[in-house]
Amino acid sequence: MQTVKIVVTGPFNAGKTEFIRTVSEIDVVSTERRISSEPERIKEATTVAMDFGRITVDDDLALYLFGTPGQKRFDFMWEILSEGMLGFIVMVDSTRPETFREARRILETFRAYAPTPYLVAANKQDYKDAWEVEDMRLALRIDNNIKILPCVALDKETVKTVLLELLYTILAEMEAGNL
Amino acid sequence: MALKGNLQDFTVTQLLNLVNLAKKTGILLIESQHEQAWIAFREGKLAYASIGAEEADLVSVLKRNNKISQRQYRVLKERGGTIKDKELGLLLINGYLTQDDILGSLQQYFVSVVRKLFTWVEGMFQFKDNAKLPGDRILIRLDLQNLIIEGSRQIREWEHLQEEIPSLDLALKFSDHPGANLRNLNLNVEEWRVISYINPKNSMRQIAHATKMNELEIRRVAFSLLQAGIVQMVRVGGAAPKMTVRMFPTSNREEQKSLVNRLIDRIRSI
Repeated sequence: MQTVKIVVTGPFNAGKTEFIRTVSEIDVVSTERRISSEPERIKEATTVAMDFGRITVDDDLALYLFGTPGQKRFDFMWEILSEGMLGFIVMVDSTRPETFREARRILETFRAYAPTPYLVAANKQDYKDAWEVEDMRLALRIDNNIKILPCVALDKETVKTVLLELLYTILAEMEAGNL
Repeated sequence: MALKGNLQDFTVTQLLNLVNLAKKTGILLIESQHEQAWIAFREGKLAYASIGAEEADLVSVLKRNNKISQRQYRVLKERGGTIKDKELGLLLINGYLTQDDILGSLQQYFVSVVRKLFTWVEGMFQFKDNAKLPGDRILIRLDLQNLIIEGSRQIREWEHLQEEIPSLDLALKFSDHPGANLRNLNLNVEEWRVISYINPKNSMRQIAHATKMNELEIRRVAFSLLQAGIVQMVRVGGAAPKMTVRMFPTSNREEQKSLVNRLIDRIRSI
């Protein structure tokens, strides 16, 4: 069986685990722990090592989806998870501009680890206080040639679109001879 | 036992704080990649400082502070080669300069040395407890508290810049549509020096090396250029991504493309 992997990264509570859960054919293998730190208690549990999901293509090929921990103190896992990835998705919570700086830090760190294709998913676009995608591009200082897509991690169609757009980018880079 | 370590683990500000609290007397030697500095303390107060090849003798400091002219500097240097700073100081306050002029100039210079050291984020340090202070030089007595506060601010700036620019292995390129024409910008000397090296082929680390800037200085300049929208961070060599080891389970190009197409078909069908 051949396997390839895509990494889903982003700040704490951006929706990475939900994103993987929505398309994974297996129950996501998650390393969630209850949150002990008061300032981070905007959700009950958080990923501490990784999330793991799988999409089987056929008998020979499977796509593995790895979600990284979002809290800074677990960032030693990032480099391990990024090794050999086909590309990566940076999930950003569109309703929490206070996390944009952290999102950019994570993005730059991953770019330095592995110069593979990536895109940005502007999650929680179904919330009324979500930032416009193009405003987020400016705030996050995302280059015009990098895709930034609206996303709702609980909605299968937008999750599929994000994954497909990343694969289209990878294919385009291969066609252009960059990969 | 001498206090030794690396600035990455113990910053200059923390060292000053320690010297201040313990009211230490001695000499702190710091060695970075490019230059060396030493600071002398007396009972927890700054007494003397010197950095790299910069001349720190009284004549040079007074010249730098415009307290003496170029001609006077030359004459004093030629004739006063054997005169110690203390003797020279006594001669000068006999009608030419005041004691405040001399001590003020020295203080200003020593503080500038310490400020420069705040920008050093890596390097080895060693504190020589009770080391003999330079007897031929004029020593000052300056409280360290204000310098420590200034240094703490710089640490916060360093942490912020590290968050903004986590890696110096990325390159800078001019924005496609910069908001302002470069010629109309009020850039400082450091910023212009960096601008001249901006090219997707040069990593920020290489630019720092070429311009003899340390990690803090290059981050500071890059951050201001990024904030102004003049430049963007890109991978070295341009925006094109590269293949990494084990990205695909096969090295055959056609098989790789087929694999991506199979992934696309599968995800469409979910």
